Amino acid sequence: MGLAKKGHKTAVIDFDVGLRNLDLIMGCERRVVYDFVNVINGEATLNQALIRDKNCNLLYILPASQTRDKDALSQEGVGKVLDELKKDFKYIVCDSPAGIEKGAHLAMYFADDAFVVTNPEVSSVRDSDRMLGILASKSRRAVDNEEPIKEYLLLTRYSPERVKLGEMLSVDDVQDILSLHLLGVIPESKSVLNASNSGTPVILDEKSDAGQAYADIVARYLGENRPHRFIDDKKGFFRNLFGSK
Amino acid sequence: MSIDSQKMPNSPLALEFKSSTFSVPVLVLCSEDLVVIEQQLKEKISLAPEFFRNSPLVLDMQEINKHGYDIDIAALTDIIHKAGLLPIGIRGGNIQQNKQALELLIPVYSIHSSSVSTETQKQKTITPTPEPTADIDTDVTTSTLITQPIRSGQRIYATGDLVILAQVSAGAEIMSEGNIHVYNTLRGRALAGVQGNTEARIFCFDLQAELISIAGNYKVSEDLDETVRNKPVQIYLQDQALIIKDIVQHHKNHSRNIR
Repeated sequence: MGLAKKGHKTAVIDFDVGLRNLDLIMGCERRVVYDFVNVINGEATLNQALIRDKNCNLLYILPASQTRDKDALSQEGVGKVLDELKKDFKYIVCDSPAGIEKGAHLAMYFADDAFVVTNPEVSSVRDSDRMLGILASKSRRAVDNEEPIKEYLLLTRYSPERVKLGEMLSVDDVQDILSLHLLGVIPESKSVLNASNSGTPVILDEKSDAGQAYADIVARYLGENRPHRFIDDKKGFFRNLFGSK
Repeated sequence: MSIDSQKMPNSPLALEFKSSTFSVPVLVLCSEDLVVIEQQLKEKISLAPEFFRNSPLVLDMQEINKHGYDIDIAALTDIIHKAGLLPIGIRGGNIQQNKQALELLIPVYSIHSSSVSTETQKQKTITPTPEPTADIDTDVTTSTLITQPIRSGQRIYATGDLVILAQVSAGAEIMSEGNIHVYNTLRGRALAGVQGNTEARIFCFDLQAELISIAGNYKVSEDLDETVRNKPVQIYLQDQALIIKDIVQHHKNHSRNIR
């Protein structure tokens, strides 16, 4: 969404076959006719299955199938769909399911860049580390011995207050474990839940901190240099500014 | 670099070479008289007919060739087949015997003794194929250098020394027949001298390992002394005990700043 707002034609593919919810979050679930599996099986053309976003006419969504499971995806099929999309779109975002099974494997296999999204929790970070290992060994670029996938880190649901209390891993802790380029931190925010409930991506909510954080991330990915925000405790910052009372 | 040894459940891999060790009966022949051989074979089998039914068999020609006997492999195989046994290999045969065996589709095994002529070894021999370790230098004399982080779930095996410049994550496993050097944080499992080299050592910049082992002597994270944690250390074996020591003993404060 952020990429499309910046004027790049973008497609999003939901690889989580069987647990379709990208369309729900993007607010287009009522317009789903054909899905990714239909396209792979040749039951529908790509143009029939792609759904144009209501808010941004450069964004298209290819929903996952809810009635099938991940075995319906095949490497050749996915490759073909991606090749076809490549002709038309500047960016293709593959929304990978969590876990290390087939859906995730296919989502990452053809990737050029990878965004590892993780919560600041020990188990989440460990799983991300495993995922990065698979990225480095099982993707097409790794198999064909090409330049490796560029990996970026996105830290979500970050709460500086809780970090301070020792309840949450800090950005430094996570980077220490993963040693990865940090693209951005999304603060824990009510606006995220509101946005996904109402089906409007949070990045459209320019007033919210999470929306701004996502906009920052997109800008950074496209090469802009923006300082990291939302890492420090806001209240603490003001307290320091005004001196202790 | 394909260093992840675990298979994705649905990867399009149709086959895989693995090495495996079997226990197979060997028939050592000491006579060239086929009639006697057939008779004695029958007697032996009658003692345990169920055990021998369709049993694979390797023919050992060493005794025969030592005495300079001559035997027809085709006729011999015929007798063995009749007795309900299946020859799957021949060893210690001369060139002619090996050639005959190959014509009968019986593989020729080499023997690791001096009695075997070099000609035998030139023949197509079937030795257990070592399991392919992808992208890892198999040359014993060289060491393996890795510059990328070793992630959780990845396994590295090096036949020589293993030098890692990046971090080793928790849940990763690095193994080496020689020494292990990690010039970064070591959080995973490190096993040096896995083939029993008790002289092997582990060096690391920041010890947070889950497990360290040298030649089978291991310590888990819980057994590590707090004084050696988060420090650049070397680990070696002395009198069957793992010794963990600071590498820079005189600059203890310095060690924290290196990273």
